[in-house]
Amino acid sequence: MKLTVNAKAYEVDVPGSMPLLWVLRDVLGLTGTKFGCGVAQCGACTVHLDGQAVRSCITPVRAVGTRAVTTIEGLSADGSHPVQRAWTELDVVQCGFCQPGQIMAAAALLGQKPRPTDADIDAALDGNLCRCGTYQRVRAAVHRAAQLMEP
Amino acid sequence: MSPSPRDLGRRDFLAAGAAAAAGLIVGFHVPAVGASARQDPGGAPSALPDPNAFLRIAPDGSVTILLAHSEMGQGIWTGLAMLLAEELGCDWSTVRVEHAPAAPAYFHTAMPLQMTGGSTSTWSEFDRYRQAGALARDLLIRAAAAEWGVPPSQCRVENGAIVAGDRRAGFGALAEKARALPAPAAIQLKDRSAWTRIGKPTKRLDSSEKVMGRALFGQDVRVDGMKVAVVERAPVFGGKVVSFDDAAARKVPGVRAVVQVPSGVAVVADDFYAAREGRRALAPAIKWDLGAGGALDTEALRAQYRETAQRPGAKAGAKGDATAALAKAPRRLVAEYEGPFLAHAAMEPLNCTVRLTANACEVWTGTQFQTVDQAAAAQAAGLKPEQVTVHTMFLGGGFGRRANPAADFVTEAVHVAKASSFPVKVIWTREDDMRGGYYRPQFLHRVQVGLGDDGLPVAWQSTVVCQSLLKGTPFAAEMKDGIDSSSVEGAVDSPYLARIDNHLVELHTPESPVTVLWLRSVGHTHTAFVMESMIDELAHAAKADPLEYRRRLLAKHPRHLGVLNLAAEKAGWGAPLPAGRARGLAVHESFGSFVATVAEVSVEGARIRVHRMVMAIDCGTCVNPAGVEAQMEGGAAYGLSAALHSELTLKEGRVQQGTFNEYGILRLSGMPRVEAFIVPSTGKPGGVGEPGVPTAAPAVANAVFALTGRRLRRLPLKLA
Repeated sequence: MKLTVNAKAYEVDVPGSMPLLWVLRDVLGLTGTKFGCGVAQCGACTVHLDGQAVRSCITPVRAVGTRAVTTIEGLSADGSHPVQRAWTELDVVQCGFCQPGQIMAAAALLGQKPRPTDADIDAALDGNLCRCGTYQRVRAAVHRAAQLMEP
Repeated sequence: MSPSPRDLGRRDFLAAGAAAAAGLIVGFHVPAVGASARQDPGGAPSALPDPNAFLRIAPDGSVTILLAHSEMGQGIWTGLAMLLAEELGCDWSTVRVEHAPAAPAYFHTAMPLQMTGGSTSTWSEFDRYRQAGALARDLLIRAAAAEWGVPPSQCRVENGAIVAGDRRAGFGALAEKARALPAPAAIQLKDRSAWTRIGKPTKRLDSSEKVMGRALFGQDVRVDGMKVAVVERAPVFGGKVVSFDDAAARKVPGVRAVVQVPSGVAVVADDFYAAREGRRALAPAIKWDLGAGGALDTEALRAQYRETAQRPGAKAGAKGDATAALAKAPRRLVAEYEGPFLAHAAMEPLNCTVRLTANACEVWTGTQFQTVDQAAAAQAAGLKPEQVTVHTMFLGGGFGRRANPAADFVTEAVHVAKASSFPVKVIWTREDDMRGGYYRPQFLHRVQVGLGDDGLPVAWQSTVVCQSLLKGTPFAAEMKDGIDSSSVEGAVDSPYLARIDNHLVELHTPESPVTVLWLRSVGHTHTAFVMESMIDELAHAAKADPLEYRRRLLAKHPRHLGVLNLAAEKAGWGAPLPAGRARGLAVHESFGSFVATVAEVSVEGARIRVHRMVMAIDCGTCVNPAGVEAQMEGGAAYGLSAALHSELTLKEGRVQQGTFNEYGILRLSGMPRVEAFIVPSTGKPGGVGEPGVPTAAPAVANAVFALTGRRLRRLPLKLA
């Protein structure tokens, strides 16, 4: 099966029913995308398919098709994506485990809504759980990233 | 795939020790000193350095600080580094941090084991990390002085360099020479007036690797030849495998072994997906002996606890004659408060990677309990503890679950590695983690208070029913007269009780097959809810303002009063609110710090909405105010999850909740605006990771009462 992940072409020999999450983590060694629940209830596994946020834990790899997969490792090579810069600037992370998912969800939101309201952010990221309670900064950092992305 | 660079680096460091590594290696070890760790510094180290323990200086002058504790979000990766860097005088931009290996040099300064918990890291390391930095600074200064032929007193430290007159040399250039010098007999720590780093809001050092997805958690460990395992564990607490048929599981492509271990049956496979599919095939083919655990039921337990609370318990704290005083009091209030078993539910489900050979065992995991895990792994492997290497990975949340006296997730992984003969990463699914026990215990408090004519309490009796966390563990020696202090902390030492001449706190310690453990803020998760709700009930009975009432009761407790007044002022206590909103208040001491919280709530149908939480903390000397603010926000969120959402229930012994659609936690849309304020202080540092949690539930419950007149005495708070 052919896959394009972070602009790189891969050929993987796995069952088509294997969730994309485990192809990324266990087969390709891209461990930035996290396993938190396996049933799309926490958002830790969020990646992009053609820029859209999806839960990779319930996405069978055969369903990916020709769509481009982007993971946290591919968002930027050096943490320079505006969402990552905003996250660093506002010191959002605590344990950090949910943050790749939060960041991918935020980046997808900003791709669709360059100036999201609080309500937009709540709606888009409500499924991205954080047990450390960084939500207040997540919200603020999405707004900050929107500013950083302005031309 | 190979182990990560981080692990390789650590292994090299361990293997090579002092001699082989380049540059100055300054090590330094203060033997476990108990209470003296909290005393003001100034003394010299009482033992010669234990090489390499706390920092390394590379030839390029960069500084690597080794962390004796585990970073699980609480920010010590930054905070402890600040302490050392303050004294060392290094260039902060060159500071790197690593988790230390498991070794006696990193034992907690107040107890003989390496661990992270009880909000102790900052205060317990406040001296040691500064002393380590000061010792290195002293050596570097003397190296420069000798090289230049000037007295050390003419040398000073400047941002990673030693300077004397117009001479200047970077730490890296002096490192080799400094290493050869004898350790000083005494070291001088800076006066706090000279601090340039401690007390300054400082950004996290682990931010960048975490936002890039490069930070390595236990889940991310990959070792050569490694397999992935999932374990089918007993469906009820205490259940045992009778027999199993592995034929179906072995037919699943990628499954390499199916092995029985003490906790259940493990399916070992090439990857997680295959392991999980294998387990799905295996599960129906295991026959279990459920034992007594199969009868457990939450409602039955509640009834049993309620009944138990009617009887006298073991005396946990007493003064005067509470029973007589209650009988004589002009007014008497009786209330029962209760709450459920709670799972820590860290976002990273438990996991542990083990590589076992004939004479060595390597463990990679996110742990708060290195020494305990090391000993447990050794026992399971049939090795000596010193043959076990523990690699501490970043923790995707700990909250106490990764500090288990039983070392359940480590022991089990060693058994799986042993039985399967593979290096193996055991991954718990979310449901495994949620149903795996070691919960905050279900509790019930029955509280009886006698009020005097002035409306103030004259008699108080609390009867607590709560399973013991310590009983049956190696920590049971901490219990005195059968009392587990973690069941009654926050009640027996309450400032409210201190002023009541006749009071009694009794404890019942029921036993159950359900395993229990400390959860972020431990006993305070329930005692603060009970005490601060009850005080609010008394204020209402006395027709007093809840703030004024507390001020009267806490007149002799300046630190309680300090945070209470600060939070009330910042929240605008007493100022009008929009219709449909109300405020509630709570103040509580825990882990050496004091927190007051004012919550502002509204009610939409049966839903309680928290809009704003104003928090004030007095944590003594504050090392990193930015980190303290983050912990207040996080503590509020963790407390709100327990206040409004989280509950585990048992039916026929089965835990009814498996994942987050059943076990609710706070979500982004429910996060209030949290404003945190820090009381300026030069006092001893207190804890920060946990003290933000306890006040959330009572502040919200008290606000709901102010708004609706309904007193909610059961967690999670529910209006319908």
